[in-house]
Amino acid sequence: MAAHSAVLSVSKIINPFWGGRLGNTVKVFGTTLTSHRNKTQRAPPPAKYGGRHTVTLIPGDGIGPELLNHVREVFRFSCVPVDFEVVHVNSALETEEDINNAITAIRRNGVALKGNIETKHTMPPSVKSRNNLLRTSLDLYANVMHCQSLPGVQTRHQNIDIMIIRENTEGEYSSLEHENVPGVVESLKIITRNNSLRIAEYAFRLAREKGRRRVTAVHKANIMKLGDGLFLQCCREVASGYPDITFDSMIVDNTTMQLVSKPQQFDVMVMPNLYGNVVSNVCAGLVGGPGLVPGANYGRDYAVFETATRNTGKSIADKNIANPTAMLLAGCMMLDHLKLHDHASSIRNAIFTTMNENRLHTADIGGQGTTSEVVQSVMRIIQSKGQLTAEF
Amino acid sequence: MGSPAAEPQHGGENRQKNHLVFGSCSRYLQLWHGDDQRQRNSDVRVVGVVQRNQMRSQFTVPTVEPAAQNQLTLGGAVRRPALSSASFSRGMQTVTLIPGDGIGPEISTAVMKIFEAAKAPIRWEERNVTAIKGPGGRWMIPPDAKESMDRSKIGLKGPLKTPIAAGHPSMNLLLRKTFDLYANVRPCVSIEGYKTPYTDVNLVTIRENTEGEYSGIEHVIVDGVVQSIKLITENASRRIAEYAFEYARNNQRSSVTAVHKANIMRMSDGLFLRKCREVAENYKDVKFTEMYLDTVCLNMVQDPTQFDVLVMPNLYGDILSDLCAGLIGGLGVTPSGNIGANGVAIFESVHGTAPDIAGLDLANPTALLLSAVMMLRHMGLHDYGNKIQTACFDTIRDKKVLTKDLGGNSKCSEFTADICRRVQDLD
Repeated sequence: MAAHSAVLSVSKIINPFWGGRLGNTVKVFGTTLTSHRNKTQRAPPPAKYGGRHTVTLIPGDGIGPELLNHVREVFRFSCVPVDFEVVHVNSALETEEDINNAITAIRRNGVALKGNIETKHTMPPSVKSRNNLLRTSLDLYANVMHCQSLPGVQTRHQNIDIMIIRENTEGEYSSLEHENVPGVVESLKIITRNNSLRIAEYAFRLAREKGRRRVTAVHKANIMKLGDGLFLQCCREVASGYPDITFDSMIVDNTTMQLVSKPQQFDVMVMPNLYGNVVSNVCAGLVGGPGLVPGANYGRDYAVFETATRNTGKSIADKNIANPTAMLLAGCMMLDHLKLHDHASSIRNAIFTTMNENRLHTADIGGQGTTSEVVQSVMRIIQSKGQLTAEF
Repeated sequence: MGSPAAEPQHGGENRQKNHLVFGSCSRYLQLWHGDDQRQRNSDVRVVGVVQRNQMRSQFTVPTVEPAAQNQLTLGGAVRRPALSSASFSRGMQTVTLIPGDGIGPEISTAVMKIFEAAKAPIRWEERNVTAIKGPGGRWMIPPDAKESMDRSKIGLKGPLKTPIAAGHPSMNLLLRKTFDLYANVRPCVSIEGYKTPYTDVNLVTIRENTEGEYSGIEHVIVDGVVQSIKLITENASRRIAEYAFEYARNNQRSSVTAVHKANIMRMSDGLFLRKCREVAENYKDVKFTEMYLDTVCLNMVQDPTQFDVLVMPNLYGDILSDLCAGLIGGLGVTPSGNIGANGVAIFESVHGTAPDIAGLDLANPTALLLSAVMMLRHMGLHDYGNKIQTACFDTIRDKKVLTKDLGGNSKCSEFTADICRRVQDLD
């Protein structure tokens, strides 16, 4: 959208002067640029110079900074052609300058890797959640999380393979609240047709891309008849355009019950914001915890990668016991997005080898390893595969 | 104790209101929740598209006494001085039984049989609840059911079916509004003998039942944009917090955890949390913690033993209580109780009516039975409650006469007979 309008305004400036001598050049240039954007929604961002990508890095709070340092270490070691532009966001401040800088940096680079920014809810309600602000400003409408059972991790349920697509910008997270009468607070949950269609379209397209057979919409339309009813209706409309994929729906409380008893029945799930929060955390817990699952937030023009359950992890910060897997896998997802597939798969394989074959686990999945031990093991495995690596 | 609920005051008034502004809802909220001194006169409920300048009033809320009179406990030591003296004659206590639809009648019969075998001093008054149109066009429950409940104060309810296009709201909702059932309590304890991936679950979810996301206030702002209002009020939050701490104290529970999402919904869940904190000050013997909804979900599926009593607003409560029910084996084995103002308590089974197996003697009465045990404990009849519960758990552990949903292929009557036998043996 930015490119399109920029080109149009340029043509308005140029054409009066050149009176058509440029002729179709600007128009053609403009349309190719926009059609390129529309056709390949996940095209590599333009922040690539000399073969190296620039990615915004937001350390965040808690375990974010230390884990992102490990990611940088692994990337540097594997000679990944990515440079990080670090933008700090101070969650203790009430002004939005910090987060606006971060948003501008992401607009510039197109891709970001972030840790979770803490939201102190003792602050006045005008201070909104920084993470939420980031997501809504950049219109990162789809949160995608892929929960897979890992053979090396002991859990109560096995063979789980669920993709969760969660609407990321509206719903209960609209942050519209007011207190008209003292003691009575109203919070608005907004559901729009456009956003629901958009997320449903995204879900079905992703399901088709990945060869998935079934999409389940999670809702509470028996109670919230208009709101979730609209969401469900949009999902059904989109489903009719994908006859090869089965579509069904399930009420959220039944969904959570089914998830803890028979999670293998789910394939792809799509849902509004709050239910997405609940379901994604339940699924992350089912496959082994918050330290294992990466998450991605996709918008039309930007992509931000982070851990799926967005924990700050204050209680385990700087103790070298956090599980780096989620953040490292988020980094790999980012590399895939940047079309650096070789690097992505080599790091991913190294992580899975460490987890499943070497069984080097951190405390959250029942082991005794430290963060640095896991990272060292990952780097050693990468080196052993014979690829180009830097010094240890 | 409390006076019987007063007759509804207003009927079918049409209110002229400008509907699109947020303020419109608050006006009704003022009437709905008022302050403790004023009587609540009417409730205006907006369902569906708001007609221009017109609201329809569908129910009314009975007069409610200030919360101080509510001294209910549940499943633990009874603190009330005397249980409704009117219903206490010759040691027999009256309980209003609502069998319900589908498998409701057969499981109610099963429970009655087991109580008879245990010689519990309960006199059952069976009533049916179907929505009837009262004066003024409001939907209400039949007056004889209401009168029976008001007299006995204790109810046991089977599953009620919710017809889709009947024009009236669900029966559960009607009951909730009629008796102001503000707290839904679901103790989730792992059943020895019914194996699930989770063992040692022992927690209680206490859910605010009247407001929150389920206030039912929705509007279409413009075509394609829908707004749903989540309501959190000081009074309701305080009431539920007080109940949660009372319950924890009376049942020897060590901690209460408030579940919220105050990082996102700063004002609404912030208010809920503030009230919980204030009430916690008066209950220093019970540990109080607060936890985000997502953290609770995450930890619940990894290690449910870390939780004790959970208190939360309506939507989170709905999801979490069903999640916990799933941990112990599903709705077929989960008891549930609803506490109302004025000392009313209705215990129910939360599963569906299962119309496909109705009348075939295949139903599992465990959920209703465990709810009835909860009821006995609430009434102070702990011995009978323990006896029946032990018999039930022994039968399930034995695995000889289990109904189909528990993994066996016996009939409901056989299951019931086995429990009756055990109860009599325990005497």
